[in-house]
Amino acid sequence: MHELSIAYNLVDIASQAAQEAGASGVDAVYLRLGKLSGVEKDALLFGYDIAIKGTLLEGSRLEIEDVPVMVYCPVCDAVSELPDIQLFCCPQCGTPTGDIRQGKELEILSLEIDDEQPAYS
Amino acid sequence: MNNPRILEIRRGVLEKNDLLAQQLRTRFNEAGVYVVNLVSSPGAGKTALLEVMLRHLRESGLNAGALVGDLATDNDAKRLARSGAPAHQIETGGNCHLEADMISDHLAEWGIDLSDFDYLFIENVGNLVCPASYDLGEHLRAVMLSVTEGEDKPLKYPTMFNSSDVALITKIDIAEAVEFDRKAAYTNIQAIRPGMVTFETSAKTGRGVDAWLSYLAERREALHTAAPEAESS
Ligand SMILES: Nc1nc2c(ncn2[C@@H]2O[C@H](COP(=O)(O)OP(=O)(O)OP(=O)(O)O)[C@@H](O)[C@H]2O)c(=O)[nH]1
Ligand SMILES: [Mg+2]
Ligand SMILES: [Zn+2]
Repeated sequence: MHELSIAYNLVDIASQAAQEAGASGVDAVYLRLGKLSGVEKDALLFGYDIAIKGTLLEGSRLEIEDVPVMVYCPVCDAVSELPDIQLFCCPQCGTPTGDIRQGKELEILSLEIDDEQPAYS
Repeated sequence: MNNPRILEIRRGVLEKNDLLAQQLRTRFNEAGVYVVNLVSSPGAGKTALLEVMLRHLRESGLNAGALVGDLATDNDAKRLARSGAPAHQIETGGNCHLEADMISDHLAEWGIDLSDFDYLFIENVGNLVCPASYDLGEHLRAVMLSVTEGEDKPLKYPTMFNSSDVALITKIDIAEAVEFDRKAAYTNIQAIRPGMVTFETSAKTGRGVDAWLSYLAERREALHTAAPEAESS
């Protein structure tokens, strides 16, 4: 299982970014996770709770957006969602295709942070 | 008082590994060494096939070396060293895959000159899941499927088969004895990666090894043509 080590990478990047932004805490991390990223969602959530201990992210939630696989079909000249990652062919016409346009993402989109300084109001 | 706000960052979780892998690939290109990452489930025959490949390459006057990842022992590097080719072990200490920083650290520790090599083979840790996510700077990723482990492996591990460039069906010498269903294996490989080039090999009889090595030679040649500065005429 490599999700724990992935979770540590994720927490490193997020806490560094939060720190640079002067955050006092982090409420949530938004992640895009492709179906072909090779990372298992539940294992990552489990690893996340371990990896945030003692960091700026302690107590935060990991919000995961599942990103489907999109393939290009040269026959239809169209990009469509692959319903099943065990069969790489165009869902419209059945032509085999390995032209993957989306689905390998493992990307931190944004953080929900608390500001260090209360805003002047 | 807390003032929650959204901070956009848009960063790849594996960006460090990917960047380092890219730097390794540049280094490999400059040195003119063709690098292959071998992945499979435990015991599919990576070390056995590699030993035969290293022997064949040496006999053809080519220089090849191997970096071997293993959880805990250095047995595989010792086996490979029997071929006469330089081999270096990476003990991952429980880590279930290799990462780009392990490759660069171990290349430094090994102390070889990459430009002396025609090929560098990286035997990954036996695992069909985790190694899929980590680019090691290789030019080619070859996934191995032995005839004893079931023709449906590609369907069970689609990410690994999809992320690989070439498939090798190994231990083909015992295919008949284990009633290997060749047609099902090819169908499944092609379902996961349409057009995937597939070789059948045996480390015991040597069958298929020459065809596989000729393919590598072609790929290596194509790389040099694409990057002519590596070998000026
Ligand atoms: N019959 C036959 N047996 C093979 C062949 N290749 C490997 N084996 C046997 O399969 C077993 C595992 O082979 P290894 O080469 O150690 O496999 P590996 O993939 O390197 O294993 P790990 O590094 O532990 O993941 C050994 O007992 C080999 O003798 C082959 O081509 N034919
Ligand atoms: Mg081995
Ligand atoms: Zn189509």
